[in-house]
Amino acid sequence: MDTETLKTTALSDTHIKLGAKMVPFAGYLMPVQYEGLSIEHETVRNAVGVFDVSHMGEFIVKGAGALDLIQRVTSNDASVLTDGKVQYSCLPNADGGIVDDLLVYRISADEYMLVVNASNIEKDWNWIKQFNTEGVEMKDISDKVSLLAVQGPKTAEALQSLTDIDLKSMEYYTFKKGTFAGIENVVVSATGYTGAGGFELYFENAEAENVWNKVMEAGKPFGIKPAGLGCRDTLRLEMGFCLYGNDIDDTTSPIEAGLGWITKFTKTFTNSETLAEQKKNGVKRKLVGIEMLDRGGIPRHGHDVVDAAGNKIGVVTSGTPSPTLKKSIALAYVPTELSKTGSEVFVSIRDKALKAVVVKIPFK
Amino acid sequence: MTFPENLKYTKDHEWIRTEGSNAYVGITEFAQSELGDIVYVDINTVGETVEAGAVFGSVEAVKTVSDLFMPVDGEVLEVNPLLDAKPELVNSDPYGDGWMIKIAVKGSLDSSDILSAAQYRELIGH
Repeated sequence: MDTETLKTTALSDTHIKLGAKMVPFAGYLMPVQYEGLSIEHETVRNAVGVFDVSHMGEFIVKGAGALDLIQRVTSNDASVLTDGKVQYSCLPNADGGIVDDLLVYRISADEYMLVVNASNIEKDWNWIKQFNTEGVEMKDISDKVSLLAVQGPKTAEALQSLTDIDLKSMEYYTFKKGTFAGIENVVVSATGYTGAGGFELYFENAEAENVWNKVMEAGKPFGIKPAGLGCRDTLRLEMGFCLYGNDIDDTTSPIEAGLGWITKFTKTFTNSETLAEQKKNGVKRKLVGIEMLDRGGIPRHGHDVVDAAGNKIGVVTSGTPSPTLKKSIALAYVPTELSKTGSEVFVSIRDKALKAVVVKIPFK
Repeated sequence: MTFPENLKYTKDHEWIRTEGSNAYVGITEFAQSELGDIVYVDINTVGETVEAGAVFGSVEAVKTVSDLFMPVDGEVLEVNPLLDAKPELVNSDPYGDGWMIKIAVKGSLDSSDILSAAQYRELIGH
């Protein structure tokens, strides 16, 4: 893709000034790293790092039928949400796959915010819209909203001086709307994609540079650093979090992907009958964590998983050397009979079959 | 960034340092910085004669895999034994302990594909 046709975030110039390496991602020009992937990864694991993830999409769904619409299109049960609660969910398609995974924010009983992947904004919008038969108000605010993910064990402490909201007392997957860095109506959400703890901040684009600077300033005594999409991927992979387009897509079922926990049959939703049957009768393949035992290469998206005889039995969907664990880890679809912890499989890397073992996620 | 004058370079970002009829080959400081943290160096061509421009191995960074191209016709004599345990030497000392292979030079280094430090700097705009 031409760099000229790429979209930017309100902070693109800030990243370039900081010396970030910018790459095309989901149609946006995004920072993949600043100082270096490993140091940014460690900063987030041990202290606090800031990601600009403004490319993510946000929809507001509002009105008397809002919950009903969300219940029909998502797999998790949004009726259990109360005001200020967040839920991880997915949009199943009609063919057994996944349109996207998303977060559902309950602002009030009749108003929700859906946060979707940047690459799927238009696709999700059109998908949800076709189920909106009751005239629920839908607003795509993606281009107006900036999103910073401030992540790491020192985040609450680092950001506390910027807000009256008591950050430490906020539970995981809850949010509050309030004044942050002097700006009103910032959504402060105790969520993230790193497993390191922290907060995600949603606010208007016009405030982006201001918020960024104040966060960096407040975080200085805590060793804050800007963090790029490179370490966002290695961090999420260590936790075994799925990445849409890699580990889950239009052809993978949430049951196969280990997302049974966000697939609730307390209601009906797109393709829920098929998925309920899968849950009951089992699936042929499962997404599992694997750890490489042999050296010889890094498992990566698209590498074949093979048996001892070299026959293809599955596929790697994400893989990386783990900066924290100092070993190579991957997510892969394997036959269900080999999905148990301890099962031996091989990954074909440059025509070599390298031994790996199925392990529990998060990786340890 | 440094590009020592006593080395020759290629447009594929390898350097070559001759020692009699043999030579050491590695990747440039520019190449290692573009790749980022190197985690694995995979070279299985020891004992083989590889033509200039052909692939003699690959180098894996956290996010990418890149082929390594032979700068000149030659036989791969040895792979740097340090790299198996410490591939990060390619990042920290690309022209020293981060060398990749030792070769017996069989082709000519007087080719237009072999660049001086100044020509290489110009190529990468440094």
